[in-house]
Amino acid sequence: MTRMKKPARYSAAGLIKRGITGESWPRAWRDHELRSSYDVVIIGAGVHGLAAAYYLAANHGITNVAVLDKGYVGGGGSGRNTAIVRSNYLTPEGVAFYDRSLDLYNTMAADLNINVMFSERGHLTLAHTDGALRTMRWRAEVNKLQGIDSSVIGPDEIKALTPSLDTSPNTRYPILGALYHPPGGTIRHDAVNWGYARAADALGVQIHQNTEVTDIIVRGGDGGDRGDGSGGGDAKGPGGRVTGVRTTRGDIATPIVLNATAGWASLIAAMAGVRLPITTHPLQAAVTEPVKVFLPTVVVSGSLHVYVSQTDRGELVFGASVDPFATYDMRGSLDFTEELAGHVLELMPGISRMRLLRQWAGLCDMTPDYSPVMGFTPVEGFLCDVGWGTYGFKAGPVSGEQMAECIATGATPKLIAPFSLDRFAAGRLVGEKGAAAVGH
Amino acid sequence: MLLVPCPHCGPRNAADLRYVGETTARPDPTAVEPEAWRGYLYLRDNPAGRLTEMWYCRSGCRRYFTLERDTVTNEFDNSPLPFPKGSRS
Ligand SMILES: Cc1cc2nc3c(=O)[nH]c(=O)nc-3n(C[C@H](O)[C@H](O)[C@H](O)COP(=O)(O)OP(=O)(O)OC[C@H]3O[C@@H](n4cnc5c(N)ncnc54)[C@H](O)[C@@H]3O)c2cc1C
Ligand SMILES: [Zn+2]
Repeated sequence: MTRMKKPARYSAAGLIKRGITGESWPRAWRDHELRSSYDVVIIGAGVHGLAAAYYLAANHGITNVAVLDKGYVGGGGSGRNTAIVRSNYLTPEGVAFYDRSLDLYNTMAADLNINVMFSERGHLTLAHTDGALRTMRWRAEVNKLQGIDSSVIGPDEIKALTPSLDTSPNTRYPILGALYHPPGGTIRHDAVNWGYARAADALGVQIHQNTEVTDIIVRGGDGGDRGDGSGGGDAKGPGGRVTGVRTTRGDIATPIVLNATAGWASLIAAMAGVRLPITTHPLQAAVTEPVKVFLPTVVVSGSLHVYVSQTDRGELVFGASVDPFATYDMRGSLDFTEELAGHVLELMPGISRMRLLRQWAGLCDMTPDYSPVMGFTPVEGFLCDVGWGTYGFKAGPVSGEQMAECIATGATPKLIAPFSLDRFAAGRLVGEKGAAAVGH
Repeated sequence: MLLVPCPHCGPRNAADLRYVGETTARPDPTAVEPEAWRGYLYLRDNPAGRLTEMWYCRSGCRRYFTLERDTVTNEFDNSPLPFPKGSRS
């Protein structure tokens, strides 16, 4: 991987110098006029779109690339997630894929010259029932076979790792054991997004914020497979070829469009005449006031639909499972906070006096098997990197790397072949629900 | 919170119901190719706007019914359709 050279490097010396002189840092990425054509147009400036742009430039020398976003960098799920990173998934395909992302996170601070605050603090997935414990054993064995540090531990070890958890047998949902994954942890999501944006910009990629894609121009298609006349238009759909995109700032000619719009993925795909196995649900999260650091690991409870970690500033960050109906509305609900508080207190009764500061939501592109949809589609030149659901932040680096290779070589890399769109028609699902429904 | 207008019980909190999801036309199981059947199972329009969707009133009347809702504003159409064409209810 090539390192970035151009803009002011972030360094301790630079920090001290600017601390004394008051000189400000240059902007991390620049604004541009829209060109009339690009080699590659990426829709969505979240971690997936930005990472793909960066690796196209860094690994393959393709720099005539535009990343378009209707809002701002990281305004989607990439700036709203709870930043949990891990690779203890359930299927061999999933484990191999997410583990490559952990490798990239490990060297990211140096590669992108930005402090991403990667903290491998350990990750506990609690089991409160025999069934859950069985799934943990299964996951541990799949993980070990792939060389992942992952094992099942009992209540005493859990208590030693995380004393604030109530591990006594007298609770409503006693903790019977946990899947322990020491390399799992958290990362600063904004720094990752900004790091990729800044590094891609330095290599010549253009990032266009406030630029909404309103249509995709496709020639020679069979009219789309929606059949209701609402999508597509005559030339779109399977068999067609992408020739450009329409945006709120003008039309762009391009042979390659990458859909990296997560919660909005179905809408973008419909513009090309492609239907996806995706339903958009909001996922909510909440954060407390800061207190002294007392929670050393990430704690997830699938049975109680809750997970928690503590930031370096001391706030507790909570999440749960997605809202139970499809919507593009990102409003928070009282149902969520009420249920969350009840369940968190089952695990950690000691924090009952803490106050919630904020809650928010982001849109998640849920697939039937809790695995992503990556690679080529029946429309030539239209690629997808979507279906990231509630678990896609951690996959940003590996997805960017693999999608860049896919675009540059025109062939699907081995690591992402299991996640192709045609697996649904073929009935080859990659079931990750047991490892991804609550533990994001 | 979402108030769902159950045609039998009146408005109820969405938590009282189970969301079944977007209704899609069910192909004839005796005539369909596996690929088209899987398309019916998995592919969705997932529109931002008007959606015809099915709900199950699990802690009320325990019936399935379809409603129309705008997925951007979350407003329901006032006239629930109990059993639309093409969906299995
Ligand atoms: C509350 C919450 C907690 C989460 N926790 C975790 C976690 O702990 N670990 C984890 O791995 N994952 C987590 N996730 C999931 C993760 O955030 C997402 O899967 C990931 O960020 C998706 O990244 P992305 O780059 O694909 O999409 P996004 O970051 O969502 O970016 C999509 C972009 O597309 C843009 N866009 C949409 N339509 C258009 C258009 N027409 N024209 C131009 N641009 C458009 C949007 O403005 C947006 O910026 C969480 C998600 C949420 C909401
Ligand atoms: Zn009812």
